[in-house]
Amino acid sequence: MDRFVFLTFDGLSKGAVLAAFALALVLIWRAARIVNFAQGAMAVAAAYAAYSVTSATGSYWLGFGAALAGGLLIGLVVERAVMRFVDHTSPLAEVIVALGLVLVFQALLGIFYGNEYLPTGTPFSRTALTAGGVPLLSRYDLFVFGAVLLVVVALALLFTRTPVGLRMRASAFAPEVSRLLGVNVGGMLTLGWALASAVGALAAMLVIPTELGLHPHAMDLVFVSAFTAAVVGGLDSPVGAVVGGLSVGLILSYVSGYLGSDVTPMAVLVLLLAVLLVRPGGLFSSTVARQV
Amino acid sequence: MSADTTADALPAPVSAGGATGDAILRVSGLTAGYGAAPVLQDIELTVRTGTIAAVLGANGAGKTTLLRTLSGLVRPSAGDIVFDGRPLRDVPVEQLVRRGMAHVPEGRGVVAELTVDENLRLGGLWRRDRADAARALAEVYELFEPLAQRRRHAGHQLSGGERQMLALGRALVARPKLLLLDEPSLGLAPRVIAQIMGLLRQLRDQTGLTVLLVEQNVRSALSVADEAVVMSLGRIVTATTAGRLRDDEQLRHAYLGF
Repeated sequence: MDRFVFLTFDGLSKGAVLAAFALALVLIWRAARIVNFAQGAMAVAAAYAAYSVTSATGSYWLGFGAALAGGLLIGLVVERAVMRFVDHTSPLAEVIVALGLVLVFQALLGIFYGNEYLPTGTPFSRTALTAGGVPLLSRYDLFVFGAVLLVVVALALLFTRTPVGLRMRASAFAPEVSRLLGVNVGGMLTLGWALASAVGALAAMLVIPTELGLHPHAMDLVFVSAFTAAVVGGLDSPVGAVVGGLSVGLILSYVSGYLGSDVTPMAVLVLLLAVLLVRPGGLFSSTVARQV
Repeated sequence: MSADTTADALPAPVSAGGATGDAILRVSGLTAGYGAAPVLQDIELTVRTGTIAAVLGANGAGKTTLLRTLSGLVRPSAGDIVFDGRPLRDVPVEQLVRRGMAHVPEGRGVVAELTVDENLRLGGLWRRDRADAARALAEVYELFEPLAQRRRHAGHQLSGGERQMLALGRALVARPKLLLLDEPSLGLAPRVIAQIMGLLRQLRDQTGLTVLLVEQNVRSALSVADEAVVMSLGRIVTATTAGRLRDDEQLRHAYLGF
């Protein structure tokens, strides 16, 4: 029972990061109907920026800020300089360009930083606090929960309560009508990419210290898990991304706890396959058909 | 026609757009198309302030393309558009609403995923005068009672008539000088069409709104229009008063086939 409780908390903590990363995928999907396969590589690039800043200044928090700012900037540049020019008639074109970006990012990071795992620190202790002898959560886990919760709430408020959020949603659903109503649709798309990339960078900052460390490929497996989480949630639904992220985190934690950690990558793929076979629209896909 | 501009409802005559009778829109030599073959050829059109001008014609005559070219969604290959005294070619689509032109596209363009209230607010987001944008929103709710009762409903939950009201109301929140309306009668019951045409008449008479109305429903359009042009295969084949087209059987036979 103790083991189960521990695995549950561990899974929720992992799941929170997957939720944030899945949310980043959903943001871009909603804005541009693209699954951003470069999300992981972009997030790692932002994490390297944080590594440089933290190494130079000795401050984790300056590095943390640099990762978020770097994330915004990377998203902005990728959309303005690359994605904008991709032919939108075939979804395959966007997928291939995104995969190409992965190679470019990972090669550049390897050239500048080397292909070794670099150790990264955490701002809080990762020693689990115990309750009645059972190890539950570390202070770092609480920080992860807090950061992800903050982002989820902030994004929800942004999209539902602000004029910019209304513009972004309208641009995504009906670009032409939005332009006729005076909305700068191109600008909203850039903003969507920048925001998503910053959320992805946050997820990378949170997860990398808990894994093997910083490496050009550090987010590859996380990307697969988060993509599964996003698909479980229906790709279109921010709530679905959060629930999907937590569910996938729990499943992975139980699988690695009871069956062994070498089974987890396969478990993710089996889950992805199962969801695509049984409910390709995702568990939270809205059933509303678009009518005009 | 009485052009009574003692406006107490939408859209307030916001600028010195000119008295009734001045041309608010002048189109000359306009040629446009999607590929090599032009869909519009050498269009000449003048719309006077405070009037309703109907653009009639069969399917494929180029009516919708004309509106899309006016609002910049289709770029013309030749010709000039002068709106409110200023040239309109090369003005980005996003800027047109700021210049006073509102385009309600075919199929109504309600954003199905957004609520009624969000759709309407979207129509006024570009405005700097927030207070007046809020006033315009309140006036639209007054004008369209059914919308006021469904503020929180999503666009896809509305009936066809309500969607047309929403699209129309959203355009009016911008307080346009010129309203481009593409087939507002499409798929609506005769009673609802009559309501919408009556509303256009009311807006013209009370606020001096200018409307360029594209319609396949000739009878409805001619019941409110002051001027009428008939298009065929991308050209304007006749331009006359709506009254003449209504009354002159020969003319109607020749151009509209009834």
